[in-house]
Amino acid sequence: MGLQPYLILAAVVFSIGLFGVLTRRNTVGILLGVELMLNAVNINLVAFSRFHGNADGMILTIFAICLTVAEISLGLALVILLFRTRRTALADHIDWLKG
Amino acid sequence: MTPEVLAFWSLAIVLVGSALAVVLSKNLFHSVLFLALALTGTAGVFLLLEAEFLAAVQVLLYAGGVVTVVVFAIVVTERLVGTKLSHTSRNVFRSTLAASAFLVFVGSRILTWPLPAGPAPVMGDATKTIGSLLLTRFVLPFELLAVVLLVSLVGASYFARPEE
Repeated sequence: MGLQPYLILAAVVFSIGLFGVLTRRNTVGILLGVELMLNAVNINLVAFSRFHGNADGMILTIFAICLTVAEISLGLALVILLFRTRRTALADHIDWLKG
Repeated sequence: MTPEVLAFWSLAIVLVGSALAVVLSKNLFHSVLFLALALTGTAGVFLLLEAEFLAAVQVLLYAGGVVTVVVFAIVVTERLVGTKLSHTSRNVFRSTLAASAFLVFVGSRILTWPLPAGPAPVMGDATKTIGSLLLTRFVLPFELLAVVLLVSLVGASYFARPEE
């Protein structure tokens, strides 16, 4: 089996994640979409790494996974903080910086 | 149809189906559960690509850690306001257009680009290679990653601290 099916699968998952990020109103929902997109990128990295016989892609995947965990923990902490101050989790209501 | 191809397509169906459920489900909690399924499916794809260590990390950190944290966040935020989190969608048509345009563009590039036909000869023990690379060539990013994790830990507990 070639490399193409893996890349197509990753592209499909990435597009679904993009759709989620664009359509969700809830900030937690947006974060879930971002998770899907990052996940698709990881599939790409591992597939390229395997098909080129080079382990650098797998190292990059480990870094990507760890950074995603850091990102989601900070993102959810911000969501909780927003709930405290604004009593909302909808991205449309977060407009402090709008003039 | 070889077992590998069969495994790939069943994993692909699970992955795409649960990803669609994540973005389309009306209930936020169901979305998170489907995300766990999608992440586990990705771990299966990693196994298929002979990256056993990454599959284990994926299940531990993503399916275990991230999903638990998201569930905690949902529980905490729902209790704060006493109402269910609304999970509606907007701009569905335009977003479908944007996502499918992206998919068509990337897909056409993938289908026309010259790619290696088959996997490279077996790399040997991938876990061993990753371990030695992490502590030789990539030791500086590895240490920086530890700093990033510490900063995010402190930052998250600062943001989510109890009100004075």
